Amino acid sequence: RRPHSASLANKVFIQRDYSEGTVCKFQTKFPSELDSRIEKTLFEDTVKTLNNYYAEAEKIGGHSYLEGCLACITAYLIFLCMETRYEKVLKKISRYIQEQNEKIYAPRGLLITDPIERGMRVIEISIYEDRGSSGSSSGSSTTSSSGR
Amino acid sequence: MKNCEYQQIDPRALGTPASTPSSTLPCGKTSSHRPKRKWEVFPGRNRFYCDGRIIVARQCGVLPLTLGLILFTSGLFFVFDCPFLVAHLTVCIPVIAGVLFLFVVITLLQTSFSDPGILPRALPDEAADIERQIDNSGSGTYRPPPRTKEILINGQVVKLKYCFTCKMFRPPRTSHCSLCDNCVERFDHHCPWVGNCVGKRNYRFFYTFIISLSFLTSFIFGCVITHLTLRSQSGRGFIQALQESPASVVELVVCFFSIWSILGLSGFHTYLVASNLTTNEDIKGSWSGKRPAEESGNPYTYNSIFTNCCVVLCGPMPPSLIDRRGYLPPDVIPQTVNSEADLHPFMAKNDTNMCTQSTKELLESVAHSSLVQSTCTPATTKTAPVTQESLLITVSSTLSASGRPPPTGCSGRQARRPTDKACPPRESKHKTSFRLPSPPYSLSHSPLILSDAPDVGFIPLT
Repeated sequence: RRPHSASLANKVFIQRDYSEGTVCKFQTKFPSELDSRIEKTLFEDTVKTLNNYYAEAEKIGGHSYLEGCLACITAYLIFLCMETRYEKVLKKISRYIQEQNEKIYAPRGLLITDPIERGMRVIEISIYEDRGSSGSSSGSSTTSSSGR
Repeated sequence: MKNCEYQQIDPRALGTPASTPSSTLPCGKTSSHRPKRKWEVFPGRNRFYCDGRIIVARQCGVLPLTLGLILFTSGLFFVFDCPFLVAHLTVCIPVIAGVLFLFVVITLLQTSFSDPGILPRALPDEAADIERQIDNSGSGTYRPPPRTKEILINGQVVKLKYCFTCKMFRPPRTSHCSLCDNCVERFDHHCPWVGNCVGKRNYRFFYTFIISLSFLTSFIFGCVITHLTLRSQSGRGFIQALQESPASVVELVVCFFSIWSILGLSGFHTYLVASNLTTNEDIKGSWSGKRPAEESGNPYTYNSIFTNCCVVLCGPMPPSLIDRRGYLPPDVIPQTVNSEADLHPFMAKNDTNMCTQSTKELLESVAHSSLVQSTCTPATTKTAPVTQESLLITVSSTLSASGRPPPTGCSGRQARRPTDKACPPRESKHKTSFRLPSPPYSLSHSPLILSDAPDVGFIPLT
């Protein structure tokens, strides 16, 4: 692994929004630390899309009832074999975050950590500073994008 | 890669990396051994089996007793009562009993062995960020800011408390279990009978367990009575029947005493499910204190029994947040600053004023020292307490002087363990006799519960 040309300067934590109960939803308030790094609309779009994904995962409706009833009848043994809807949506979320990192955040020296790795409590955004060299400022795990 | 890991550690302190494969070189150890899984460095008081697939609380409580009683009683039933009943009645009896028995055992094991909804502790960066926010929002006066945050949920004001152990503001309905030393989402209670906490992820297993156990005990009780009745009719009286089938007597006794408690518990939990409450909230009277005349001020209810039941029991299954079988990345700072667990007995959870100043200093020093000294994870759990020991001793001596001796908490808990066995039947008996269909009932009965048996197998916590 090549040594970083960017160093971690700061981390911003987007907290949960509990105004609608215990459903997973994050605050869309734009943090001041990102003011100079990314456009407000891009950030809000990312958070809103994530909130929509989580809402989809936790949606109560016909499909989730069916899954729940089937699970109950089989003494919940199907959870051992089947992937739940929640898990499927979580996979979609991680793909989305990776794609956002590659396309939007890494070119701006930012990196979003998937909330599932932080106990679904926060969206952690790492802010990297260029060391002034010509190297690209990129996150550690994503593919590097072209420098500015 | 090795070079960048050693940048922050003084190489002279450790000697040459290649020549000393001892535990003072955590990085060296990781590279020569297999990478560790996250469950191996889990900070809570849990035990893991099958390489992290199974999680139980450290004190398994009376789970062996529960399992043993179920297996023993059901075994006696199948061996001694079923042959007679099959011959005289129908083969459906052992079939139904078999299905119920399977349900009971499977759901019991799932309740005991699954993650109840444990919240992983905040990483040092996140904890530091929260600390900064608390500092910024606090007043400029000398009094330390209270560690609570008020939010609005569905128009109702709810207070979020700060968890000193997990270094975060607890989400709503989350509570910290002192036995397992974890914050658990939608915390219901810590059940010694299943040897685990009951929370968001395993509540439906627990509910199915007690419902199917109620059916099983009632079914066995009924069948045994039928068996003895039939035998006494064809033979020479009831006493003769009892003598011919002594196993039935044992089953009768066990079922008779279990039925009261289990049926009462099932009824209570059915009420909780229908009103979307947790045992913790009901016992503390969180929503019924202020307005007893109205529908409970519970902001989470859907105001429909059917919807509440569907949501609680058939809702989507949330994932486990602790990822116990995931691998620890070798160059990441560990999940937690583990020495904080030692602070737990010192920190009275409700004595925020007393501890805040010294806690903050300790947190800062801990955060700095753990960031500087450790780049590899596995040995940090061992090395961290060494450097912070002196700080802990200072803190503990200051705090114990203020009248909250540390060992009491632990030994008190230990001393209470044996009484828990007797508590559930007593406690639920009261609940059965005072059961009312409307929510205000919880207001009238909760003082009784608190005075009667404070632990009852449901540990009310902050």
